[in-house]
Amino acid sequence: MLSDPNTMAALWWAVILSGLYHGLNPGMGWPLAVSAALMERKTDALPKALGLLAIGHLLAMLVILLPFSMMLFLTEWETDIRIGAGILVIGMGTYLLINRRHPKFLARVHPAKLGLWSFLAANAHGAGLMLVPLFLGICALDADTGHKAAEALMSGNILTAFFVALAHTSAMTLAGGVIALTIYLWLGLKFLSKTWFNLDLVWAVSLVFVGAFGIHTALNGH
Amino acid sequence: MNLRPDPTFHASPKLAMQAPVENYAFTVMLSPDGSQSDGIAVVDLNPKSETYGEIVHKVIVPNKGDEFHHFGWNACSSSLSPLTGHAFLERRYLIVPGIRSSRVYVIDVKEPLEAKIHKIIEPEEIFEKTGYSRPHTIHCGPEGIYVSTLGGGGKDGTDGPPGIFIMDCETFEVIGQYEMDRGKQDKHYDFWWNLPQDYMVSSEWGLPPQFENGVVPEDLLSNKYGHSIHFWDLRRRKNIQTIDFGENYQMALEIRPAHDPTKSYGFCGVVVDTTNLQGAIFTWWRGDDGTWQAKKTITIDPRPEKPENLPPLLQGFEAVPPLVTDIDLSLDDKYLYVACWGLGEMHQYDVSDPMNPKLAGKVELGGIARGTAHPNGKPFVYGPQMVEVSRDGKRVYWTNSLYSTWDDQFYPNDEGGQMVMARVGENGGIELDKDFYVDFPKGYRGHQIRLEGGDCSTDSFCYPSV
Repeated sequence: MLSDPNTMAALWWAVILSGLYHGLNPGMGWPLAVSAALMERKTDALPKALGLLAIGHLLAMLVILLPFSMMLFLTEWETDIRIGAGILVIGMGTYLLINRRHPKFLARVHPAKLGLWSFLAANAHGAGLMLVPLFLGICALDADTGHKAAEALMSGNILTAFFVALAHTSAMTLAGGVIALTIYLWLGLKFLSKTWFNLDLVWAVSLVFVGAFGIHTALNGH
Repeated sequence: MNLRPDPTFHASPKLAMQAPVENYAFTVMLSPDGSQSDGIAVVDLNPKSETYGEIVHKVIVPNKGDEFHHFGWNACSSSLSPLTGHAFLERRYLIVPGIRSSRVYVIDVKEPLEAKIHKIIEPEEIFEKTGYSRPHTIHCGPEGIYVSTLGGGGKDGTDGPPGIFIMDCETFEVIGQYEMDRGKQDKHYDFWWNLPQDYMVSSEWGLPPQFENGVVPEDLLSNKYGHSIHFWDLRRRKNIQTIDFGENYQMALEIRPAHDPTKSYGFCGVVVDTTNLQGAIFTWWRGDDGTWQAKKTITIDPRPEKPENLPPLLQGFEAVPPLVTDIDLSLDDKYLYVACWGLGEMHQYDVSDPMNPKLAGKVELGGIARGTAHPNGKPFVYGPQMVEVSRDGKRVYWTNSLYSTWDDQFYPNDEGGQMVMARVGENGGIELDKDFYVDFPKGYRGHQIRLEGGDCSTDSFCYPSV
């Protein structure tokens, strides 16, 4: 078993790695940033589009994480909440494994509304849920080490939710930004389709894996 | 589902032009009297092949009287938009509607030489789920496969307006009507769009009683065919503006937007101006104030002819109208090809300046009261009609038939089906290839052509050429 500080560091790295992973996935939107810069014929449009995608993604993380941070107020139910969350995440992964269709309503969003699209796409794919077990693990470690009062604990958890969402979204934007810029400035559009891999299966399996990890750590005291 | 995007999906028109050239064409085989079943001919286009220029496979459907006309792909370059989540579809199926039967066939052409029927959607299902009939143009887009129809409900298709319906792009299940607010639109024909700019344009031919048994001269002379085009908010499914070309511009047919999605203009062909029998092309564009505008930018004059040489329908006019029945725009948005089915000519216009097209090339072939033979000495029945341009813009293919009953009115004594090809010169100009001449099996006429890997009237692009 890892020591607490090491576990903490590992959980934060997992938050960042999941961000990089989401960012590299074209399905989370970086090709739209390339398209925006080319359509408007100015490089400025690229970071602007990435920014909109990031805001949408950040909000999608927060709408999932914040309710969980509130629930942790019920400290005596902590283990049950973590197990429940793990089951929920596994459920989402299993659903995506069985139902391989893409949600139709995403195609109804106007192509210029990148923030809205990013928010809906992240939720539809359970991107926020993927963070929940990691987030709950971090909160649990915080509580273990701090012995804080309940109120302080709750505000601490809310703050943690913001930090987790921010760290994850920053990593996502960085990864998407690097690949979008590289294609826009050097490689050219030909690489857009070349770098596109079908991650649907990997994504669904990741959710199941993260959910199982959450249950495991809840039951083993971290 | 693939693990990578289909190699025939291209981010921009320029990349599509640079991709490997087509090896096969898929061409409609129409039995005009319904005595045989219609089909799709697979034509070998590889000049190195021993069977170059021959029909190497046929998919003949089990029913008769479908009247194949236009058709399209289940998926195209539009799938490369992350917005729609269709990146891993295969360009594998041709969606082939029967314009007379309202039946839709899904044909699997993954192995062109073993192409076969994958699914048949019976007319009743389309009537029931959409309220439309007589399916026509196919485009694959954000919400799946969009199918325009020429008829509404009821036996003669006049019970309610025609419109567009959507099919699922994976299961081919008919989902339902596209329109939420159709505005003034009450007739239909073609449609196309600009996906990043999120607009669609649709056009008008006429209602089923106006075409199924032949052109109705009284309706034409009293300007009762379609003469408007409609602009739509694509995602909101709402008609935002209707432009009436003027009632004398009868039958506004093919819609050809510029392929480069940064551009906000396109073209529409008009069959006949009833005041002078001219054919016309309108350029439409979005003005600085955001509203749509249209202006006639090409006119093609009729040719005077002695009445005794003309079919009864035209004898009173003593002229051959050009009859602009199809147009097609090269992927670099440079050349617009205009089929003059009455005159028997294929025109090539340089439309680099879309407001000021210039005639760049011309081929004479077939034609009313002229019947120009192919350079190989063989006949070309009727005139140049459905035209398709290769992605690299170097080869232009076309067939001869317009629509069963209309062929018989304008060319009463002729019968046959041919597909030919012209080569495009370095600096424009077109010349028929003497060695490419596909004669269709007895009793069949040709109509729309689709090229393997996409062509100039199928693919919609989400990224600009740079």
